[in-house]
Amino acid sequence: MTRIRPRLESWLWLVQRAGAVVLLVGVAVHFTTNIMAVRNGLSAEEILGRTAGNMVFLIFYSLFSLAIAGHGAVGLRTLLREATPLPGAAIDGITLAVGILLAVVGCRIAYGFYAVGLPVGGAIAGQ
Amino acid sequence: MSGTGGREGMSDDADSGDLLHWLDPPVDKDLRFLTVRVWRGDETGAYQEYRVPRRDNQTVLDVLTHIQRHLDPGLAFRFSCRVGMCGSCAMLVNGTSRWTCRTRVDKVLGLGALTLAPLRNFPVIKDLCVDMSEFFDGVQRAEGRFVPKEPGARDFHSIPPGSRRRRRIDEAIECIGCGICHSACESVLANKEFLGPAALNRAWTLVNDDRDGAGRARLLAVAGDAGCQSCHSHQSCAQDCPKHLNPTRSIAGLKRAVAWATLTGRLTK
Repeated sequence: MTRIRPRLESWLWLVQRAGAVVLLVGVAVHFTTNIMAVRNGLSAEEILGRTAGNMVFLIFYSLFSLAIAGHGAVGLRTLLREATPLPGAAIDGITLAVGILLAVVGCRIAYGFYAVGLPVGGAIAGQ
Repeated sequence: MSGTGGREGMSDDADSGDLLHWLDPPVDKDLRFLTVRVWRGDETGAYQEYRVPRRDNQTVLDVLTHIQRHLDPGLAFRFSCRVGMCGSCAMLVNGTSRWTCRTRVDKVLGLGALTLAPLRNFPVIKDLCVDMSEFFDGVQRAEGRFVPKEPGARDFHSIPPGSRRRRRIDEAIECIGCGICHSACESVLANKEFLGPAALNRAWTLVNDDRDGAGRARLLAVAGDAGCQSCHSHQSCAQDCPKHLNPTRSIAGLKRAVAWATLTGRLTK
């Protein structure tokens, strides 16, 4: 490891810390709404009734997913650097792929919950 | 003088080359004596066992001096001031990094035996002497030297003693460069490029110095994966620092300063 990219490292550090702050708020909101949602029994109807077509839900969970991707990928990068003998370029590649995967999968899931029941191309999504 | 006299106090019972072999120390049943295991050789060395007479108010440095003068003149260790000012006598005492001149034996004796090893995270030269050149080079790599803002200044620069920046300097300035924080640091253990607590603590005092003119270059020097962001805030440095400084707090200050410089586009030379 060499100290060749201080600006990039500083930005990554900021992404990780900012991601942690978003996650702190996000997890609190997530658990609070979960508890509220299961008061009448945990059912798909109860959950989808809150999420389908709800733009606030979509934005919130997309941000949540991006925060997980940023925080997790940078954290994983640090772990791999300190705990494995892998070369820096390989670690950067692996963690970038993990970050993109987490972001895409997370946002796709959030969109899936949002889009259920919305008309898509003449059909009803999720049916 | 040792009751055993001469080299009789030295045992040939050397353990395998495990620097952390203090967990199972032998105990001298004769309470007039201490059993002392001392690391001999370089990284591939082994512990050598000595019997040293106990004394009132005996320090660990007294024990080493006794061994060198009366039992084994070939033992290598460093010391200078003997009063906690120079920072040259640091080593692992029963697994913890300490200054030996100010460490009383009865405070650390534990099960009745002493195990002395060279500082961790440093190359071992011989016995208890480590190579500190990388450690001091780190201070330079962190731009840990004063660069006057006004080289030709002819007047005193007034800094109010109670000002926030001056108080930050006061909290961190008494470092004696003993290397104990570097030895205690798990981040140094994991990342050999990491500048370490002492170098970053020194940089923090200069970041807060109103007279210093190397602010941007210094922030750039302490950013990155060898710099402040590699500190995981374990606080072992603060726990073991014999001067009761808190390098973790200094590094946290550097993290804030570097983050702010990054966000405002000032992380440049």
